[in-house]
Amino acid sequence: MNGLLEGLQWLVDPANWSGVDGVPARVWEHVQLSLISLAIATLIAVPLGLWIGHTRRGQFWTVQLANLGRSIPSLAILSIAFLLVVKLAPANHQELAFGFLPTIVALTLLGIPVILINTYVGVQQVDPDSVEAARGMGMSGGQVLWRLEVPLAMPLIMTGLRLAAVQIVATAGLAALIAGGGLGRYIVDGFALRENDRIVAGAILIAVLSLLTDAVFSLLAKATAPRLTSSGRASAPARIDVARGEVTPPT
Amino acid sequence: MTALDVLTRVSAQADTEPLIRWIWITDHVDEIVSRGLQHVYLTVVAVVIGFLIAFPAAVLASRHRWAVSPITSISGVLYTIPAFAFIFLLLPITGLSLTTVAIPLIAYTLLILFRNTLSGLDSVDPDVKEAALGMGLSRRQLLWRVEVPLATPVIVAGLRIATVSSIALITIAALIGRGGFGQFILDGLDTFFWTPLIVGVVLSVALAFLADILLLGLQRLMTPWAKAAGVRAVAT
Repeated sequence: MNGLLEGLQWLVDPANWSGVDGVPARVWEHVQLSLISLAIATLIAVPLGLWIGHTRRGQFWTVQLANLGRSIPSLAILSIAFLLVVKLAPANHQELAFGFLPTIVALTLLGIPVILINTYVGVQQVDPDSVEAARGMGMSGGQVLWRLEVPLAMPLIMTGLRLAAVQIVATAGLAALIAGGGLGRYIVDGFALRENDRIVAGAILIAVLSLLTDAVFSLLAKATAPRLTSSGRASAPARIDVARGEVTPPT
Repeated sequence: MTALDVLTRVSAQADTEPLIRWIWITDHVDEIVSRGLQHVYLTVVAVVIGFLIAFPAAVLASRHRWAVSPITSISGVLYTIPAFAFIFLLLPITGLSLTTVAIPLIAYTLLILFRNTLSGLDSVDPDVKEAALGMGLSRRQLLWRVEVPLATPVIVAGLRIATVSSIALITIAALIGRGGFGQFILDGLDTFFWTPLIVGVVLSVALAFLADILLLGLQRLMTPWAKAAGVRAVAT
């Protein structure tokens, strides 16, 4: 338990709260890396997931991708991204490999499958009778998507974003292994320098940031959930309550 | 020589380096086997102990609904703490031991296993349970002879997700020398050498795939009646 106390002492020491290696700077780096990656992953995966759910095309490959995404170690994605950037960067721009680039590539790739599968399932599980009725009322394909499918898929889309965000924040901690910044620096440097207090402080900060991310996205999910209809019945199908996460691999 | 010079030289060298040097693999067969055994061992420890905790918790929660929310919250927090951070949080307490790796891995599986087991038990038709009790089964018999068999496909679906995720997650433990195939990934990263990196990734994904197929086969054997029905389960 001494280790934990030392870590807490490190955290309350004002000397560790300033400069480029200070807590605010490292937290900000970590948040930046995560937010940029999450934004890019969302811009790719949400439209693609909506399209797949709406047209029912490529469903098989989406499920396969989600399963593959679960089985590829995040450490591997990060390592491959780093070596690829080193290999592909022009000889006079090798500094690219030391910057944000390899980490952002890796974190974006990491976030895509889980957002994609949740968006797709969200649209796909909208009651076919409702879609039928909407079409019967004369809605076009686009209107069905935006007025019916997207709102009803919102809880699952937000689940996908939450899971991706937590995973991205967690893996951004590994960025320090490939010369990146973020809170993982404290763990990697502390391990190299044999400074236990620094390691524990870094681990606490990453854990807290992950839990905060989870909490913020849970609140966002509540704020964007479909409202009650005038009849007082929740407009979202009850199944969403149980299907908080991903679908299982095909059996 | 700056780090940038080193990097430039290494990458110039890497241009001529093939993606896979087969000779490296034949030279490292022993290490591949021992890392593989370590990987399998850690996976079994994580999933089996996780299930031994999550299963009774789910049975309790299916009988007493008040327990659902606290158990979900606690396992949710444990699930959200990154394994990477968790391992290093434990490092000063439990050292470079197996425990330091096992605790975060077990913690990670709890939410997945609890949710799936509970949703499997909940999916059993109340009429079926009523009928079983009417035929004179005790609560214990009802659980083992009716509820668990009927919930098996959903429970196994949870075990599959937990197993596949754990196999991927274990590679992180290479940072403290207990990462199974993850060690090869880390070696490749440290030396800018593609072969061990690719070997580590391929073997890790292959192990996950194999474990998934084995569990699916096991479930089909245990529940021949559920063959046709595609099972969709929950996991966070």
